[in-house]
Amino acid sequence: MIAAASDTGTFVPRLPFGDWIESFIDWLTATFDAFFDVVKTIFEGIYDGLDYVLNSPPFILVAVVLALIAFWAKGTKLAIGVLIGFIIIAGMDQWENAMDSLALVLLSAAVALLIGIPLGIWAARNDHVSRVLRPILDFMQTMPAFVYLIPTVVIFLTGPMPGIVATVIFALAPGVRFTELGIRQVDSEVVEAGRAFGSTDGRILRQIQIPLAMPTIMAGVNQVIMLSLSMVVISGMVGAGGLGNDVVAALQRVDVALGFEAGLSVVILAIFLDRVTSGLADRSPVAKALKAAR
Amino acid sequence: MTAVRVENVYKVFGRKPAEAVKRLKAGKTRDDVANLGTAAVIDASFEVAKGEIFVVMGLSGSGKSTLIRMLNGLWDPTSGHVYLGDDDLTAVDGAKLRKIRRERVSMVFQHFALLPHRSVIDNAAYPLEIQGVEREERRRRAQESLDMVGLSDWADSLPSQLSGGMRQRVGLARALAADTDILLMDEAFSALDPLIRREMQEQLLELQDKLGKTIIFITHDLNEAMHLGDRIAVMRDGQIVQIGSAEEILSDPANDYVAKFVADVDRTRVLTAASMMQAPQIKVTLGAGPRVAARELREAALPKSYVVDRKRVLRGVITSDNAVRAVKEGAETVAEYLEADYTSVHQDTPLAELFAPATESALPMAVTDDEGRLVGVIPRVTLLEAMAPSEAVEELTADADTVAPGDAVDTDTSTEGASA
Repeated sequence: MIAAASDTGTFVPRLPFGDWIESFIDWLTATFDAFFDVVKTIFEGIYDGLDYVLNSPPFILVAVVLALIAFWAKGTKLAIGVLIGFIIIAGMDQWENAMDSLALVLLSAAVALLIGIPLGIWAARNDHVSRVLRPILDFMQTMPAFVYLIPTVVIFLTGPMPGIVATVIFALAPGVRFTELGIRQVDSEVVEAGRAFGSTDGRILRQIQIPLAMPTIMAGVNQVIMLSLSMVVISGMVGAGGLGNDVVAALQRVDVALGFEAGLSVVILAIFLDRVTSGLADRSPVAKALKAAR
Repeated sequence: MTAVRVENVYKVFGRKPAEAVKRLKAGKTRDDVANLGTAAVIDASFEVAKGEIFVVMGLSGSGKSTLIRMLNGLWDPTSGHVYLGDDDLTAVDGAKLRKIRRERVSMVFQHFALLPHRSVIDNAAYPLEIQGVEREERRRRAQESLDMVGLSDWADSLPSQLSGGMRQRVGLARALAADTDILLMDEAFSALDPLIRREMQEQLLELQDKLGKTIIFITHDLNEAMHLGDRIAVMRDGQIVQIGSAEEILSDPANDYVAKFVADVDRTRVLTAASMMQAPQIKVTLGAGPRVAARELREAALPKSYVVDRKRVLRGVITSDNAVRAVKEGAETVAEYLEADYTSVHQDTPLAELFAPATESALPMAVTDDEGRLVGVIPRVTLLEAMAPSEAVEELTADADTVAPGDAVDTDTSTEGASA
């Protein structure tokens, strides 16, 4: 494919990195075809389920439930704001798209956290793991987001699956980093206290390190969700569905009105997700205990 | 009985710890091996008896915190052995080590190390939780240890709602709740205000009287070390330079470093009556006749003397006037002619508490032991001497005609002499 450009115009010979990756992806697709099919079926099943829960009841019912979640996480003001925001989304005829996107975000973020938090814990306890993970995470975070979409389309073809995988890869890093940072920041004397009284490592992790790192881990959760949302919109390019589809369509048709409405819906969804997750961070026992001091 | 025994322990952090230890053993210094690693503890050996308060004292970087962490296996020695009772901590496996930590040795930390999201009582109950004690029982025992440290009413508060001193009491209650024989205290009071620190020290000593734990206490504060420690190990640059009682270290420092270190210690808190007393020049026994008493007073040229019975228990004071009167009245003994006009202190009374009684006493203060026996006397000039550095006293005594050092003492106030 790139073979035509065999000369770089400099003394450096053409390095076929792209070809290598492409053959690797081809090999991956051919070898793990059955596996990818199973994964795809499972994830699309979960996605359809989530989407059904969010999209089949009347919009106002779902909006009120989400507003109640906002109330529980933060309070009345946010709940009212969220409700108004969702009514605006419905008024712009973007409700269904917004709920599709929300389902994608929830699923992708959950997978990213399920992978990221254990990796972060492992990295916090093992310097070698930490040293190996750091450049990989840097790479994953700085690679332009939509580059991920290309191989995932090759592997998973159509539907929301390429978007989900690309989103998970893109949003994984902060989950790992914040978890590692949070656990490493736990006062070493408190951890020593656990050991000094004869606690096992697993118990120290459960009873001391994770609870004390929770505010930082929750900040990571917040980041993962926000990155997921931005990537979910980008994956509209490969037809992942939701608000992203309209954003991409508006871009192609230079449709200012549609672009603005889809974009505003993304913003409202982002505010909801951000405030609720940061509200949850403040509700962790350690955060509450520290607040009680003041 | 020995509770803790440390044998030739080395701890080196860094790239080549084993090689560093080999060279240290061959006589190299800490600086010589700096490129191989940081030698935190070098050839430490000591024993701590059951029920003793053993203080390890040194400035920051002297290795004391590393040393205490090897006593419960938080760090492994690079070389050497640490025995708790019969168990060699350097030889046990992980499970056995955790069992030892649960059952035999607990720890109090400099910055308290409490779990911020747990109530005070749940913090105190933490070691019991790990020991697998069931909930009701562990809350009961945690409450008991909170009662002991005076935090009964704070059980349901969060640590963040407590002051520093109270938080450290929770730390202490937690260690007590574990009910281990050995208590490690790592700079336990260093983060507290001086007044609170003092209070905590007193509380620790009171608790120790009741509980009789083996306590290993780390501090950089010499006054604290002297006040708490039955014995003190002074550390410098990873090495233990001297081990001894407070008085031994004060009066006989092993080297210039220790001497300089103890130069500004508050001696009045460390020295006790026993360390300053002198043998009474004369004492009249109760059974002696008045003639003997009168003659002894005359020969010593003293107007008064302490009187003791056959077991040397202090009974009173006989003045020369009374002795003469007893002779005139033909009394058999001086028992009927004693006066109670004297001050006595216990031999363990610290110097700081001697000044007030000294001003009330016409005679040199009597020093008694547990049975009330007269073991010595403290003339006022000795008290003054103990307060001032030795050169100052020499100047003072050289100037003052009334006080001749090493000779008979001023007879207005004292009768029994200090032949220093």
